[in-house]
Amino acid sequence: MKGSKLIIEALRKEKVKVVFGYPGGSLIPLFHDLQDAKDIKFILPRHEQGGGHMADGYARVSGEVGVAIATSGPGATNLITAIATAHMDSIPMVCITGQVKTTLIGNDALQEADITGITRPITKHNFLVSDPEDLPEIMVSAFHIARSGRPGPVVIDLPVDITIADIKTKLPAKPTLPGYHPRYDPNPKQVERAAEMINKAKQPVMYVGGGVISSECSDLIKKMSEKGNIPVTTTLMGLGAFPETHKNSLLMLGMHGTAYANLAVTNTDCLIAIGARFDDRITGKISEFAPNAKVIHFDIDPTSVSKNIRVDIPVVGDATKSLKKLIPLLKKSARKEWFSQIDEWKEKYPLAYKGSGLRPQYVIEELYKLTKNKKTIICTEVGQHQMWAAQFYTFTKPRKWVSSGGLGTMGFGLPAAIGAQEAKPDHLVINIAGDGSIQMNIQELTTALANKLPVKTVILNNGYLGMVRQWQELFFDKRYAQTPLKETNPDFVKVAEAFGCTGIRVTKKEDVVAGLKKMIATEGPVFLDVQVEPEENVFPMVPAGEAIDRMMGMT
Amino acid sequence: MRHIISALVENKPGALARIVGLFSARGFNIESLAVGETENSEVSRLTIIVGGDEAILEQVRKQLGKVIDVLKVQDISDDSFVERDLMLLKVSAKAGKRPEIIEIANVFRAKVVDLGEKTIMFELTGPEEKINAFINLMRPYGIKELARTGRIAVLRS
Ligand SMILES: Cc1ncc(C[n+]2csc(CCOP(=O)(O)OP(=O)(O)O)c2C)c(N)n1
Ligand SMILES: [Mg+2]
Repeated sequence: MKGSKLIIEALRKEKVKVVFGYPGGSLIPLFHDLQDAKDIKFILPRHEQGGGHMADGYARVSGEVGVAIATSGPGATNLITAIATAHMDSIPMVCITGQVKTTLIGNDALQEADITGITRPITKHNFLVSDPEDLPEIMVSAFHIARSGRPGPVVIDLPVDITIADIKTKLPAKPTLPGYHPRYDPNPKQVERAAEMINKAKQPVMYVGGGVISSECSDLIKKMSEKGNIPVTTTLMGLGAFPETHKNSLLMLGMHGTAYANLAVTNTDCLIAIGARFDDRITGKISEFAPNAKVIHFDIDPTSVSKNIRVDIPVVGDATKSLKKLIPLLKKSARKEWFSQIDEWKEKYPLAYKGSGLRPQYVIEELYKLTKNKKTIICTEVGQHQMWAAQFYTFTKPRKWVSSGGLGTMGFGLPAAIGAQEAKPDHLVINIAGDGSIQMNIQELTTALANKLPVKTVILNNGYLGMVRQWQELFFDKRYAQTPLKETNPDFVKVAEAFGCTGIRVTKKEDVVAGLKKMIATEGPVFLDVQVEPEENVFPMVPAGEAIDRMMGMT
Repeated sequence: MRHIISALVENKPGALARIVGLFSARGFNIESLAVGETENSEVSRLTIIVGGDEAILEQVRKQLGKVIDVLKVQDISDDSFVERDLMLLKVSAKAGKRPEIIEIANVFRAKVVDLGEKTIMFELTGPEEKINAFINLMRPYGIKELARTGRIAVLRS
């Protein structure tokens, strides 16, 4: 079978419904044959980075493997940021990059780049197909690796001659991979020890991350919290893994988490981490993080355990399997004192904002009110607006929140929203953006329009690279080096219109609700340019490297 | 503390680069690394000497295990094993000094593998202390060139 046809057969076998690809010399044969595969939708981004984030956004909301394709050399290097973004957030993707002919590799041929070399540290695994007969095994392995264990992106670097080679080997039913055995079943002894420790704990806290979303066990998190009567805080990646409307919810923890989540973690005697990895934005100063706690860590990736924080009871395995074993062993306990302490903190330090004028937090609150009874997916770019979205939108279900957590990639939101909309055509998909970030992949508005993917973008336009400006204000004597954008920002309404989409501007608080309503009611992609208070800050805030209970702006 | 990690790795392109890249990206400190085929031509054995405390070593072991081409990882430091290092050492040896140099070499069972007008080259295998001792004794004569394979190690039965 011809290489390109074999790839298409592999995509079908893996139930791929859509690929996000951009052409180039090394991909002509593959795209030639993909043109006939009517059952695989092809979406053409306007920049390969956009295509990569689309595949990522598609994967985040659908749970399926996202597929991006880029040509050799510059096409492939344009994908790098998207691959690194997916890698940091453990998102399953397969990226196929064209490559020069096998006989030219190493010659500095036109549009040659060592993509397996470049992507080695930012992929779960990668392959260079050097022998056509290896292609079937590689295709099947790539999808298997991407979606199993701790998910992640896999790159297949595909020399153009492989795509036209006649391949005798058939697609295997399963990959061989003798060195790859992700552990799903937890050690039952460890689960028992964990249950004992939780039952003994007086002030436990569940700290829940993106692993719970990948493992699809948010229902078990709720069961566990209710059965054991344990408060729950989530990371940025874990938003939606536990309903924020639940009385046991502490909302998000960490640098811009709620004061009560951070206080609870600082005072807990038993921290139960589930699918979370203790990164620096969560722990703050490590030596003062959860100082009195025994730490239990459920994770599928053994390297996450005791990497940043010493763990007392590691439980390596799939969170679903582990929690199913754990929950029956939990005893109900009132934990009256603990909950009354937490309620006191909630009362004293609510998430709040002050001041008149058009506050960005208000926009998010109103957006939530208007969309909470609709199927809604919230995507974000990176910056203050992202944190306000995390803080002031209320998440109750998994896979409704799409944001670049680990890498913090500006320019992620719009293309990710397009991918999300492709996966969930019946959802209202809203990208919450900053005026800086939106300019990083603004060309994808064309892709949204061309593919009838009616994503809405709310630009919280503060005229600054706001998150950086906030740090400059607080820690660098208000010296706003290279962060003011106002004077040079384009007119986002006209930009949207030039792309053939709708642009709406809101400049006054009293027009916010009408603007949001109009945006939601408008067909097709929309930019809603909301000119918010320029120097609003995200609070509370743990200064970098501080202990997490020492927050600025607690009320 | 120094640890000896022995890993079996599939002979796939990029496998070694992936492991070396992992060590540099995570800031692990490799003292020595030796690679070669095993009895199975599709599998190589990597012997890595790495320094660090127990927490770092735990990460090293786990990170290596996570590499998809890695089949098996063992920290053999606490077990009984045989270790060897191979060295080629060229030392300056004027006519008058030759007998004493060769005498020292004999004590170490170093083999003469090349004899030039002004130099002698020795081949020596053994555990690290032996190799280091030999190097120290050769130093005063003037070491011209030296190459070592890095340590390899296999568990005793
Ligand atoms: C690609 C990229 N470049 C730079 C940064 C650093 N950075 C983080 S937030 C930020 C400002 C973002 O500005 P904007 O999109 O306007 O959002 P705001 O903070 O104003 O809400 C910058 C420059 C980044 N995260 N990503
Ligand atoms: Mg801004």
